[in-house]
Amino acid sequence: MKGDIFQAIADPTRRAILVLIASQSMTPNALAEHFDTTRQAVSKHIKVLADCELLTQNKVGREIHYYFNPVKMKELDHWLTQFKKHWEDRFNQLDQLLINLNSDSNEK
Amino acid sequence: MKSNLLMNFSVDKENNRVNVEREFAAPVGKVWAAWTQSELLDLWWAPRPWKARTKSQDFREGGSWLYAMVGPEGEEHWAKLDYKTINPQKSFSGIDAFCDENGTLNEEFARSTWTNTFTEADGTTTVSVVIQYDKYEDIEQIMEMGFKEGFTMALGNLDELLEK
Repeated sequence: MKGDIFQAIADPTRRAILVLIASQSMTPNALAEHFDTTRQAVSKHIKVLADCELLTQNKVGREIHYYFNPVKMKELDHWLTQFKKHWEDRFNQLDQLLINLNSDSNEK
Repeated sequence: MKSNLLMNFSVDKENNRVNVEREFAAPVGKVWAAWTQSELLDLWWAPRPWKARTKSQDFREGGSWLYAMVGPEGEEHWAKLDYKTINPQKSFSGIDAFCDENGTLNEEFARSTWTNTFTEADGTTTVSVVIQYDKYEDIEQIMEMGFKEGFTMALGNLDELLEK
């Protein structure tokens, strides 16, 4: 993997591109129509997404179609879930500690 | 009871910020103590099977907390938090860092600023944690590490389950 997945999705235009191609595959032209920027600018964003495999392309006849690659997205999701779980585990321990602190002070 | 306690977790990619908010079923005095006294922090700060072990703590503005995360195999990850502002039972902030056992910074890892705010309502205390990074790559770096730790933890929990 060449590109950096987190860098790729940090940009709002690239997130919008992902949302668009997640619902259906699109040609570069169709995709560019959704944005106010130049086609060149959209192409650059597409390249960033393709570099980190969030987007794959397929040639259909003479046209290129861009597809969303959910595998990569899952990887990212997995990171976030683990990060969140880290906090949940920590807080569950704190819940227990607070219960212990409460019973300690009740005994006094 | 656990499931009734609200937790919010979000990564604010535009502002390089991680927001964590959680309710605790205890008055603010106790929750504050658990977050600010090292002997209590040692009991919960590290997610199992890791344990937090404090080497030193000076809880005042300009002071710091130096501790190790100790793994099941005895491996140590040292970290510290330099306290910046403290408003008793309301909020405190600090800058974290990975370091060695003497508190010498590990420059390979980005530092982030933590702001923890405590509010009590009807005996329930909500703690809001805002972790501010300089740039987005820093969050990625920390997340990758959390992922590895999380994976290790998951394996640890599995071991426990298998023993039963």
